[in-house]
Amino acid sequence: MHSSTGQWVILAVPVLMVLALATLSWRERRALGPDAPPGFIARNGWPVASFLILAVVLWTVFMIVLPLLSMIDLSFRPRLPPAQWGNARDIYTLDHYRFFLFGSNTSTDSWNVTHLKAFGLTILVSILVTALDFCICYPVAFYMAKVARPARLRLMMLMLIAPYWVNELLRAFAFRLLFSNQGLINRVLMSLGLTDQPVDFIAGDVALYSGLAYAYLLMMMFALYNAIETLDRNLIEAARDLGAPWWHIHAFIVIPHAKPGIGSGATLVFMLTAGSLAAPLILAGPRSLWFTPIVYDRFYQAFNWQQGAAYALILLVACIIFVLGVLKLFRLGLGEIAK
Amino acid sequence: MTSALVLDRVSVRFGGFTAVEDASLDIAQGEFFSFLGPSGCGKTTLLRAISGFVQPSEGRVLFEGRDMRGTGPNERPTALIFQNLALFPMMSVAENIAYGLRVRGMGKRERLARAEALLELIALPGQGNKRIDELSGGQKQRVAIARALAVEPKILLLDEPLSALDLKLRQHMRTELRAIQRRVGITFIYITHDQGEALTMSDRIAVMSRGVIQQISDGETLYHQPRTAFVAGFVGENNALPGAVLDRDGDLARVQTELGPLPGRNSRQLAPGSEAVLFLRPEALSLVEPGAGRLAGTVTGRAFEGATTHLTLRCGGGRALLLSLSGAAARQAPEPGQEAWLDYDPEAAILLPREGYGDA
Ligand SMILES: Nc1ncnc2c1ncn2[C@@H]1O[C@H](COP(=O)(O)OP(=O)(O)OP(=O)(O)O)[C@@H](O)[C@H]1O
Ligand SMILES: [Mg+2]
Repeated sequence: MHSSTGQWVILAVPVLMVLALATLSWRERRALGPDAPPGFIARNGWPVASFLILAVVLWTVFMIVLPLLSMIDLSFRPRLPPAQWGNARDIYTLDHYRFFLFGSNTSTDSWNVTHLKAFGLTILVSILVTALDFCICYPVAFYMAKVARPARLRLMMLMLIAPYWVNELLRAFAFRLLFSNQGLINRVLMSLGLTDQPVDFIAGDVALYSGLAYAYLLMMMFALYNAIETLDRNLIEAARDLGAPWWHIHAFIVIPHAKPGIGSGATLVFMLTAGSLAAPLILAGPRSLWFTPIVYDRFYQAFNWQQGAAYALILLVACIIFVLGVLKLFRLGLGEIAK
Repeated sequence: MTSALVLDRVSVRFGGFTAVEDASLDIAQGEFFSFLGPSGCGKTTLLRAISGFVQPSEGRVLFEGRDMRGTGPNERPTALIFQNLALFPMMSVAENIAYGLRVRGMGKRERLARAEALLELIALPGQGNKRIDELSGGQKQRVAIARALAVEPKILLLDEPLSALDLKLRQHMRTELRAIQRRVGITFIYITHDQGEALTMSDRIAVMSRGVIQQISDGETLYHQPRTAFVAGFVGENNALPGAVLDRDGDLARVQTELGPLPGRNSRQLAPGSEAVLFLRPEALSLVEPGAGRLAGTVTGRAFEGATTHLTLRCGGGRALLLSLSGAAARQAPEPGQEAWLDYDPEAAILLPREGYGDA
């Protein structure tokens, strides 16, 4: 298929979507019959309604649908100088995806070990970081939601949020300083006599993983806090009264209740971690592998935007698969974790 | 008679606030015992002290002679039914009932069989797979009871379990609860602010006011021989006439009230001059010939309620009296606007110290 047809698809899909939604709402209103309550337009007048419709349509089309569609489109195009875009050689191709797998546009003899390893490691570490964040946040969130008195709660909230007033990049640099050879942690370790030489946290990726775990901790914290907060305290007491030890109450009362919160916290942290750029760029050691810097390099070092788009899309699909996996694991609907 | 539970001078304080003060009682095995009192008088707090969720600041809680200090709620032989039931919404009905057994490590098949047996007991056979939110209010109620009974507690504690139900269901559940208690034969400790509930179900009742147990006895004794002005005013209708004791005459004494000197039974041996309240039950008052009797007033209202007719009278000083008549007396009751003359048997009027009067 020639790629100029792709242009038409990109333009047509949003229009078709808007039309489909409009038809759907029109049919729904007609099904209500003559005694339907006054609609949005009747209640607010045409000027407000048309402004809102226009704003929402423009926002979704220009900010979400069009960029995504053109990225998908771009990822299937060959790498050509701009002068040749749209000419006879500009046809859809799987070249970039082939490159991701095999490290070459033509042969399929050997695997693209560097990129595949980086990708796999990114996904794996993101899952581990998500799990770590859950383990750190659960006790704190439970304490804040069910144990702490209001004054203590406000103080804890403030202490949790305050570090995040600092820019993400600065936070990453702070971690780098903390973990560097002359950094606070090494100096403490050495003054305690635990090591006589500074530990290279950067090369060991300790700095990177701690930085990533810290970067999106708050997302998990508030997702869990909000979910646990809604649990009726009497349920905990009822379980205790029936003889349950504390771990049983957490495993079978609190966590099942907080499931939607855990799901939304986990998907948020995972997606942000897998897609984070600042922490890997600043905290990664010389030999570390992280997928986002590779994507970044496709765009700005190799000037191969088509390949960059393909790589970004691969990451996006992996994230979507993770979200669906979490939903299935927790037997949740998409609506429940969006709450 | 062996005691299931003894409270020995239990006080519970929150900071400087005393929620329960110096509560002592002795509940027998298999007894249906109620705590009755207005909202905020410390009933739930006392129940939480019994179940182990709060530690008494002073005094001891003893189960069958064993001191429970330092024993957590999960280790006490009690099961608590919460004011809002607190059923687990993430579990099915059967899983709710079997939760306590699961905690005790009973196998799945065995505990579900036990749950099914309990579902029969509460007349919900075969409904174990339902979700909690698919049950009606009364059914939830019964599931909460079954869940508590499943762990075979020696004492079941119920914190106003019927308050969320409508009147009809509440009356049905009263008989149901009493029947369940007879069937399982364990001690029930029941909390309520509804005296009808307490009087119809209980073997004995403890009336509480402001954290203090006022009187512990069966319903009839509470009604006919209240020990404090609070109990006399809280249990049943009563006409209260405050005044000072004039003189004593054997078991009786006269009080100087707004309506003149009136006699009553001086069960607390009040000395002349002490502040007192004279309580006259509406059914203890009777109509007499014009000009006769100890009291007189103008009828301001008359309400027919089947077996009885209620009259309200306005007496000297604007004080209102309530009078309930039955049988022939009810048919001859005066109309509103007419004068009426009343009398009573001094043995049926009770004289009590003023302290605590008007707390309810
Ligand atoms: N944890 C607590 N901290 C401080 N005060 C408390 C606490 N628990 C209860 N109180 C106070 O103790 C008093 C008695 O409360 P309690 O819950 O025992 O009343 P109650 O008799 O059960 O009332 P109701 O019929 O409304 O349920 C109230 O004034 C309440 O404010
Ligand atoms: Mg209460």
